[in-house]
Amino acid sequence: MHKLQAKNLTLAYDGAPVVSGLNMEIPSGRITALVGGNGCGKSTLLRSLARLMKPRGGEILLDGTSIATMSTKDVARRLGILPQGPVAPEGLTVRDLVAQGRYPHQSWYSQWSADDEQEVERALAATSTAELADRPLDSLSGGQRQRAWIAMALAQGTEILLLDEPTTYLDMAHQFDVLDLLWELNRSEQRTIVMVLHDLNQACRYAHHLVAIKNGAIWAQGNPETVMTRDMVRAVFGMECRIVADPVTGTPMCVPLSRVAAAAAAD
Amino acid sequence: MRKAVTLRRGPLSFQINLRVIGVLLGLLAVTLGVMIINMGLGEFPIAPVDVLKTVLGLGTGEYDFIVGTLRLPRNFVAFFVGGGLALSGAILQGLTRNPLAAPDVIGITHGANLGAVAVLILAPTAPLIALPGAAIGGALAAATITYTLAWKGGTAPIRLILVGMGIASALQALTTLLLTHGNVIVVSQAMVWITGSVYGRSWEHLARLLPWLVVAIPAALLLARHANALQLGDDIARGLGARVERNRGLLLAISVILAGAAVATCGAVGFVGLMAPHIARQLVGPSQGGLFPVATVAGGLILVTADMLGRTLFAPIEVPAGVITAAVGAPYFLWLLFRSRNA
Repeated sequence: MHKLQAKNLTLAYDGAPVVSGLNMEIPSGRITALVGGNGCGKSTLLRSLARLMKPRGGEILLDGTSIATMSTKDVARRLGILPQGPVAPEGLTVRDLVAQGRYPHQSWYSQWSADDEQEVERALAATSTAELADRPLDSLSGGQRQRAWIAMALAQGTEILLLDEPTTYLDMAHQFDVLDLLWELNRSEQRTIVMVLHDLNQACRYAHHLVAIKNGAIWAQGNPETVMTRDMVRAVFGMECRIVADPVTGTPMCVPLSRVAAAAAAD
Repeated sequence: MRKAVTLRRGPLSFQINLRVIGVLLGLLAVTLGVMIINMGLGEFPIAPVDVLKTVLGLGTGEYDFIVGTLRLPRNFVAFFVGGGLALSGAILQGLTRNPLAAPDVIGITHGANLGAVAVLILAPTAPLIALPGAAIGGALAAATITYTLAWKGGTAPIRLILVGMGIASALQALTTLLLTHGNVIVVSQAMVWITGSVYGRSWEHLARLLPWLVVAIPAALLLARHANALQLGDDIARGLGARVERNRGLLLAISVILAGAAVATCGAVGFVGLMAPHIARQLVGPSQGGLFPVATVAGGLILVTADMLGRTLFAPIEVPAGVITAAVGAPYFLWLLFRSRNA
């Protein structure tokens, strides 16, 4: 099983360091969620794991080899990334988009192998987008569109899948659709999934491994039960809360104590 | 449901989209029809049947000069120049992920213009062969400046477009400055160049144009796979394992060569590079493997038709093809702007 690690990682935008000297190991075959406040560096960290951003120092290791020294196509056969808010050209059909996921497996002489065809059909089926396959992406709802993009990432056939806020801009029902889909993929195919999530309660429900990030450093990591504490939420998000058990799944659930809530409690 | 044929043998595998093949054949048939009509029209009208016979070498020899020497090469030049501009535009629109990009929007054509006008005005005694060289050189220089100025640890598509538009304006100003210094005869010659015309183009012109296209068109088709990845944005393309900057550089170079060679042959025919890719997208969708050839043929058809209209609308006065493409293209551009504003 493929293994993804960050070693002594330093990341910076135009000189200002966002992450410095970070070490992290992604548990293989599990779902990892990166959580943290706005601008804490979680998206930057995810992007660097997928070599979309060059580290200022340190390295990302894929199966023990620095990804900076590997051919980008080799990396793409083992690790896929779905960045935030991707945009497809007008008129592109779902099938054509998903077929694009086969890019790292193709060459000028092998443009549509039997494997390619099979993987695309599988990805369409797994994401329930087969019946949308011939529709242009721009004619779909936000949830359907996100499923199509995930199908593209699936067709890439990588064991590791990184997703940057896969639920953003989706309504609640579609958010859970997407998360259920990822959970199912992890369960049935043992894919390693790493995602940035904004909703702490969703992160606790769906992730095996929770990484809380503050100021570009890992504040806490581990299973949701140990990481999700009042102290963590106070330190990482600067907010008071109460942690209760999710009435449906039993996983920890954060109930924020906003000023409104405090006022209501005082009454 | 998409209709496609899959060819597989050993490690080889290809998929051919039947719709693309159908559209290509249809466009080629229409183009041939327009060419035949165009070759029959003019001061000396010839029946389409006789045109066809003459072209196929079955005629009486009566029309050999008019068709074979004057009108046939002109039609071929129009077709290939239009095709080159169209493919150049199709590549740019995919690269920049912007439907408003075209060689005449981001300064490539302006560079070619400036090169040609500089030769016409500053070195009026230079041999005619210097003109195409200067045009291609100007196009390459403009593209290089744009690419360099837009580079900031990589080339973001939107920066490429904005810088290109700025460069286009600056080159335009330089060209105008040059024009005010030339004598009247040279300036009027230069003005015709700037407008773009296929008037008097011969087999020699075609022979000088074709080598560029013979290299650039297959190269573009070979890179279509990479262009498809780039169309999804830099992050997705990198995630898929594409070498983004290398592929973008190669595609941009091909686009510049196509536009430069086209402008070198017929001057700055406007808007073909903008319109043809749009028409092609409506016909076969945005997948570049199908879009590139369809846009090429559509561009050829546009310029052949524009030439025919230019020759006949106000006969005996001949309007340059570039005026016709601009007359249709400018409103088309505005319509696109309007539509993208309301999208």
